[in-house]
Amino acid sequence: MFNLLKIFSLFFLLLVSACNNPEDSDNVIKVGSKKFTESVILGKIISQLGRSEGAKVEYRKELGGTRVLWNALLNGDIDIYPEYTGTITQEILSNKTITDLKELTEELALKDIGISKPLGFNNTYAIGMKKENADKLGIKTISDLKKHPELKFGFTNEFMNRGDGWPSLKSAYGLPQKNVTGLDHDLAYRGLESGHIDAIDLYSTDAEISYYDLKVLKDDKKHFEDYFSVLLYRKDLEDRNPQALKNILKLEDSISEKEILDMNAASKIDGLSDSVVASNYLKDKYSIDTKPVKETFLSRLYRNTLQHLFLVIISLSAAIIVSIPLGILAYKNQKVGHLVLGIVGVIQTLPSLALLVFMIPFFGIGAVPAIVALFLYSLLPIVRNTYTGLKDIPRDIQESAEALGLSAFARLRLIEIPIASRSILSGIKTSAVINVGTATLGALIGAGGYGQPILTGIRLDNMGLILEGAIPAAVLALLVQGLFDLLERVIVPQGLRLEEKN
Amino acid sequence: MINLIDISKNYGDNQAVRSIDLRIQSAKTTVLIGPSGCGKSTILRTIIGLISPDSGEVNIEGDTLRPNNLISLRRKMGYVIQEGGLFPNLSAKENVSLMASFLSWDKISIQKRIDELCDLTKFPKDALQRYPIQISGGQRQRLSLMRALMLNPNILLLDEPLGALDPLIRSELQQDLKDIFSTLGKTVVMVTHDMGEAAFFADKIVLIKDGQIMQEGNIYDLIKTPSNPFVTTFINAQRNHLEKIGDI
Repeated sequence: MFNLLKIFSLFFLLLVSACNNPEDSDNVIKVGSKKFTESVILGKIISQLGRSEGAKVEYRKELGGTRVLWNALLNGDIDIYPEYTGTITQEILSNKTITDLKELTEELALKDIGISKPLGFNNTYAIGMKKENADKLGIKTISDLKKHPELKFGFTNEFMNRGDGWPSLKSAYGLPQKNVTGLDHDLAYRGLESGHIDAIDLYSTDAEISYYDLKVLKDDKKHFEDYFSVLLYRKDLEDRNPQALKNILKLEDSISEKEILDMNAASKIDGLSDSVVASNYLKDKYSIDTKPVKETFLSRLYRNTLQHLFLVIISLSAAIIVSIPLGILAYKNQKVGHLVLGIVGVIQTLPSLALLVFMIPFFGIGAVPAIVALFLYSLLPIVRNTYTGLKDIPRDIQESAEALGLSAFARLRLIEIPIASRSILSGIKTSAVINVGTATLGALIGAGGYGQPILTGIRLDNMGLILEGAIPAAVLALLVQGLFDLLERVIVPQGLRLEEKN
Repeated sequence: MINLIDISKNYGDNQAVRSIDLRIQSAKTTVLIGPSGCGKSTILRTIIGLISPDSGEVNIEGDTLRPNNLISLRRKMGYVIQEGGLFPNLSAKENVSLMASFLSWDKISIQKRIDELCDLTKFPKDALQRYPIQISGGQRQRLSLMRALMLNPNILLLDEPLGALDPLIRSELQQDLKDIFSTLGKTVVMVTHDMGEAAFFADKIVLIKDGQIMQEGNIYDLIKTPSNPFVTTFINAQRNHLEKIGDI
């Protein structure tokens, strides 16, 4: 048993050291990006520009949504990321009335956030349809949609809720459509392609517009705001690394709409890696030679595996340490038991994505909030199985132990826990399998792991990449299951295993 | 000696035991008997402290049973129940030696005591490594008795110890048990609902009905000078079967 413990803790230490690069965090520029291609490429360009000046750069790409990035920027989990003026006014500072860039800059300065000049292109919202479908119905402008109430819309979840999104578009144009679903942007393209959806929201620089042969409907009432691409950064970067910041701000007023469209297409349609697209741009435009990071499949798999194991092992270990005593407490005291089981039950019903995002204000982004969320998710199966495992011990056995003159603690240690061990172990097994699966969402808040290739794969419509995350995650879940089946032979007393056979 | 003084126990509206006073003599076998639900098991479980009475006190060889001496007094008593109550996670030997190991006896003393108990209870030594699930009902009861006797307690409490066994094994074990009781000379309290078994074991029978003692005495007292008609009814109910057949 002690040997097992030693091996376990050694492995644990190895993981911790593998995942914590001990770099001086003040000198590192932490770049973030959203999870769509344009943002990922811009983030990569920023990272490479920073590196070309010798700065150390950490790039956390594909974070899940504006709120995640904005909070991370405020917390200092990231220093800089690409954003759009419309998103800032409509979403981040939606409670303020801001009319121009000057006001925007002043408002952001109050929060110690700097904003670059526009990078040069406007990536506004637009509504798009399959060209052939639009032509058939004679739809050219958004106003034309009024005549076709039967059309099905699929909008990004952000668009469904934001100030200039669907609710205001609907009232501005008086649109009658009822069949409107919220979904992921990359999935929306696929829905459009398959004919399940007739119209979606687009970004006007999306590479898919030409790829899928889409028609962008004219915003004839000028509803959508300008979405000029800008960079948001923490003001303290000006002191910490002025040279690198200056270098990055070279991008101001330098990327045209055509250039960004080409880059988006190079990544999404031609399948070049973000790294290569960014390097090519910097080489053509500024003659800066950057070495695109070429990661082999194996090194990527190794990194993702380490990150994923890190999330799972830490969160699951913590959950085991906390849940078993909680289950025992619930068994010893019915009132406390109901309360404990109620609370962990409620936690389990929270949608995992919501729980992850909920963690950000407290723990920032990265592995920590993901571990906390996974920890919370892992509680219920273990607490419940500990509780029922103990509760289901036949009364005559419990009383026999009591009648022998064993103390309550000795009864737990020698009789009750060993008898409940199978139930407890199967609770841990359930938690572990759920944990391995849920940990893939960790990538949305910058925790990495097998979720990263899945996110990239969805973004680039690349099934290979999706499988690169999905298959190892499934294999890991199976391995975990197998490991616990083996552990059962060591931990569950032989007498109980015989009982099962009879 | 065990002394129960004015013991009452209610389960909701059900008065399981109603102000019972009972003195149980040392080194004798006392049998508590009565119809199901009469409170006989409740009395036994009160003695070992599994049930705390609503009022009254239990005195074990001079010590009043209280929460703070519960554990030490329990170690002076052995307790055997119908299905044995053996721990399924432990082997036969581990079941028997559990308390001795817990109290840090050395291995030699433990082995010596187990050997003695095997001889006493006629439990086959080669079955000691087996798990409860792997041994027969009769052997399980012998094992349970060994476990109860391990620390050599003065008092032995048995709650329908033979109730779940088939008749042949039961009668074999009855004889063995009686021999063990007379060899050891311990204070034995046994619960049964079988009058024949009671008569076979008892130095004193305590007949209980509705949580009250109907009569105490040996089998002849109960037959010849019943304290009330129920005593006769109860005895005859069990006696009549065979006699009826005898008439044919």
